[in-house]
Amino acid sequence: MLSVEHVSKVYTTRHGKHRVLDDVSFTLKPGRNLGILGRNGAGKSTMIRLISGAESPTSGRIVRGMRVSWPLAFGGAFQAHLTGLDNLKFVCRIYGVDYKPLVPMVEEFTELGKFFREPIAHYSHGMLTRLAFALSMAIEFDCFLIDEAMVVGDKRFHDRCHYELFKKRKDRAYILVTHDAQVIRQYCENAVVLHDGRLLTFPDVNAAYDYYQETLMPKPEEIER
Amino acid sequence: MKSETTFFQAAVIQRRVLHALMLRELITRFGRENLGVLWLVGEPMIFTLGVTTLWSAAGLAHGGTGIPIVAFAVSGYSSVLMWRNSASQCSEGIGSNKPLLFHRAVLVIDVLLTRIALEVAGATSSFIILSLIFIYTGWMSPPTDLLLVIQGWSMLAWFGASLALIIGAGTALTPIVHRIWHPVAYLLFPLSGAAFMVEWLPVKFQKLVLLLPMVHGVEAIRHGYFGNAVPPHYDLRYMAICCLLQTLVGMLLVNEASRRVEF
Repeated sequence: MLSVEHVSKVYTTRHGKHRVLDDVSFTLKPGRNLGILGRNGAGKSTMIRLISGAESPTSGRIVRGMRVSWPLAFGGAFQAHLTGLDNLKFVCRIYGVDYKPLVPMVEEFTELGKFFREPIAHYSHGMLTRLAFALSMAIEFDCFLIDEAMVVGDKRFHDRCHYELFKKRKDRAYILVTHDAQVIRQYCENAVVLHDGRLLTFPDVNAAYDYYQETLMPKPEEIER
Repeated sequence: MKSETTFFQAAVIQRRVLHALMLRELITRFGRENLGVLWLVGEPMIFTLGVTTLWSAAGLAHGGTGIPIVAFAVSGYSSVLMWRNSASQCSEGIGSNKPLLFHRAVLVIDVLLTRIALEVAGATSSFIILSLIFIYTGWMSPPTDLLLVIQGWSMLAWFGASLALIIGAGTALTPIVHRIWHPVAYLLFPLSGAAFMVEWLPVKFQKLVLLLPMVHGVEAIRHGYFGNAVPPHYDLRYMAICCLLQTLVGMLLVNEASRRVEF
């Protein structure tokens, strides 16, 4: 069980305090999933950083009774001098896993060929994303954190991610944050909306979808004006 | 449902994390080309050799003091590297390693401890290798009291480590610390005991200089090397108390910096 209890996050800016999250609470049971919908700047990424533990909440607490992943396909911790293989080894060392049995899976998924043993400074954006996603799959977690904006690639990449995550690991829990209501509808059994720092709950995904589309998304005529 | 980690489990995890971070840091800093990881030792050795050469050429002024100049320079400059490099490497060390904190097991303190451990290892190896080379070639005599050298050296390591925690966490809390650290480190060098024996100073000045904890460490090392050729001035208990206080302040700052990490 993952439980987020009365979490607030306040950042200090040049114009005083800025409250990104305001008394946010929810729980997630093992094997279940939750979609968090929010517009740009609603605090989705902050939410992910807090749940992953990279940042601490200003108040409230987050209790992790499950092994929670780092944000899926997050490549920020990659080091340019290290090769793809080095980065696999590094992550495995951190989590106390033997890297050797994982090499074939990662090589196969990333399709990096000889570049797997080249410094990642020479990688294209697509190669980096594939490597980052594969490393997320290399370590076993109970709950995946997915920032939809981070998992960007072509259709083939998306299909393969979909298979790895939602088919092969369909017994795991996950939290998916996105600004795209369609994505939530496709992947999540529950949804909440993040707006003005508050977390709005709904009886089902469709209710969240409707609220988000009707209340928070501008109508075409509004954009024209 | 809340899973508590026991102290033992935490120790196992931290050991694992530090190992992983050290290997990563080594490749990041020195790369795989040419000497690679050997630069960890090579860099301080070149520094020390350069200073030793300069002081040997110019430092004939110390003639008649009973202290061989090579041993004086090696022990002095190695000591400076020991405490200064740990702190300098930790300056802004948290910021550049922030993305690593997305891995639950990696803590702010691990990032700092990694850099400290590597600096201590590098400076110590450099000191040992240079000493062995010079002792072998006869430019330096073996220390008269090896245990005392080790004791002084260990105290300097502790001083450097605790200072590094303060600088590392301090730079994360406010960038002013980074700005101030460079001039402070520069100004502390001539006062640190690297380039003088306390005995050579006017009595009034001795008291002031002995307020600086690292001076005691350097004096102890040289006492261990040269015996009583020059009357030593040091109090390792005073130094220990300073280091203990620094460690405490450092830990508190690290704790605060961990809480305040922002992306």
